[in-house]
Amino acid sequence: MLNIVFSVIARDLKLAMRRQADIVSALFFFVIVVSLFPLGIGPEPDLLRQLAPGVLWVAALLATMLSLPRMFADDHRDGTLEQLALSPNPLGLIVTGKVIAHWLVSGLPLALIAPILGIQFDLSGDALLVLTGAILLGTPALSGIGAIGAALTLGVRGGGVLLSLLVLPLYIPVLIFGAGAVDATVSGLGGEGHLSLLIAMTFAAIGFAPWASAAALKIALE
Amino acid sequence: MIYWNSFGDFLAMGGYGLYVWGSFGLTALVMIIEPIAVARQRKTTITRLKRQLRAESRSHEA
Amino acid sequence: MNDRFNLSRFSFYRFASPAIFYPLAGKMIPWFIAAAVLFGLAGLYIGMLVAPTDFQQGEGYRIIFIHVPTSWMSMFIYLIMAFWAAIGLAFNTRLSGMMAQALAPTGALMAFLSLWTGALWGKPMWGTWWVWDARLTSELILLFLYIGYMALTAAIDDARRADKAGGILLLVGVVNIPIIYFSVKWWNTLHQGSSVNLTKSAMAEVMLWGMLLMALAFWMYSIAVALTRVRTLILERERHTDWVKAELEGVSK
Repeated sequence: MLNIVFSVIARDLKLAMRRQADIVSALFFFVIVVSLFPLGIGPEPDLLRQLAPGVLWVAALLATMLSLPRMFADDHRDGTLEQLALSPNPLGLIVTGKVIAHWLVSGLPLALIAPILGIQFDLSGDALLVLTGAILLGTPALSGIGAIGAALTLGVRGGGVLLSLLVLPLYIPVLIFGAGAVDATVSGLGGEGHLSLLIAMTFAAIGFAPWASAAALKIALE
Repeated sequence: MIYWNSFGDFLAMGGYGLYVWGSFGLTALVMIIEPIAVARQRKTTITRLKRQLRAESRSHEA
Repeated sequence: MNDRFNLSRFSFYRFASPAIFYPLAGKMIPWFIAAAVLFGLAGLYIGMLVAPTDFQQGEGYRIIFIHVPTSWMSMFIYLIMAFWAAIGLAFNTRLSGMMAQALAPTGALMAFLSLWTGALWGKPMWGTWWVWDARLTSELILLFLYIGYMALTAAIDDARRADKAGGILLLVGVVNIPIIYFSVKWWNTLHQGSSVNLTKSAMAEVMLWGMLLMALAFWMYSIAVALTRVRTLILERERHTDWVKAELEGVSK
């Protein structure tokens, strides 16, 4: 069972490596959006420290969304997806692999670069650590929920914009607890509660979302 | 039975007239426009389907 | 096989057939319209003319007679759409998807009216048009979910695929609504500054009656509009069947 997941991950990562430019662009998008905020708001360190969690998280939501339309579209175009759907392996497991691969390519880099951007916002060491942890733990849920949206809009005209319309409202809990974890740390309350809720959401999303996406993919392939 | 003393009082709503009538007014507007739009859509759909049907039967005869 | 067929004559599957449902809905619509008008007039009479003023909120509280029914309807309609979506996905019935699609615009309008009346209520009571209160925020997100559903079903050309894809979205949405609600609520209590307590004055019995009647009126209204919409959808989707062709010829006379 797990072999299928791993082989899908390995395959998707190999394909992603051929398109490194895409990963780098999404990362730069994240950096640029975050850097625009101080220019729009003003350089007051107190204000920036307060806004940092929300700004970083909203930018992270948008950045992970950039690569979502691609999640199934390439495989759909060359017929791989149909082959995968016809294979005896459960499609849900295959999608689980694709979700994990998507996170490794889009979520993980954001978590790694977030502390550097956090410094721009004058966050303390603790807050930077929690920020990295929160993005690390929360973005898998984004990839999972995003997979549902990507599967539903597969091959639909205007799919990209539609995808964001469907997915962004569902991202709200992750945004609240992700930004809340950093907020709580900044204000000295401790972000453990938020982080454990983020973990719960991530597990729920990874467990549930691939099967919903698989159902949506089957409908798209009919 | 009726709570109000005069029609003017009723309209003024104890100073909240703008808010109360703004709420009721827009709701009434929506509940008038929506049924009209739905009925209209039904009419246009029926005429379009009838036209299609006639075109089909004509092409069958030909 | 034969047995099943005989049984199905009496089961609800029979009404799941568009050919049977279409005339049935046509007969029911006038009754729902009449009920909506009657309940609406009674509710307005009690709510606007008979009910006394609220000692805390003055006459401004009368917005409650449409604010609460529209909020209820916006949530009910989403739940009913999700119910039809589940039926449609489980039993592959044609009518369920059409029902969900026919309900969506009305649900979205109810969510919008709930927000609008909420804002007009909030301004005199709280001094602001909008607060990031858990209920208001969730209602806004509900409106987004409606819009997402309508955009998705409108973007897919194949009707059956639109039904099923929309159905999955509805089920995902229904699972998420409580999560969203509680996370917003929690988030709101953390940011105490903007939280507002709705005054919970004990409602007089008359007011409760007014609200109940108005809720029934909105309920009947929604059913009437949705049934009309679903009839149009049925004609459109079943246009190649004999009964629709006969129906269309009947209408032309």
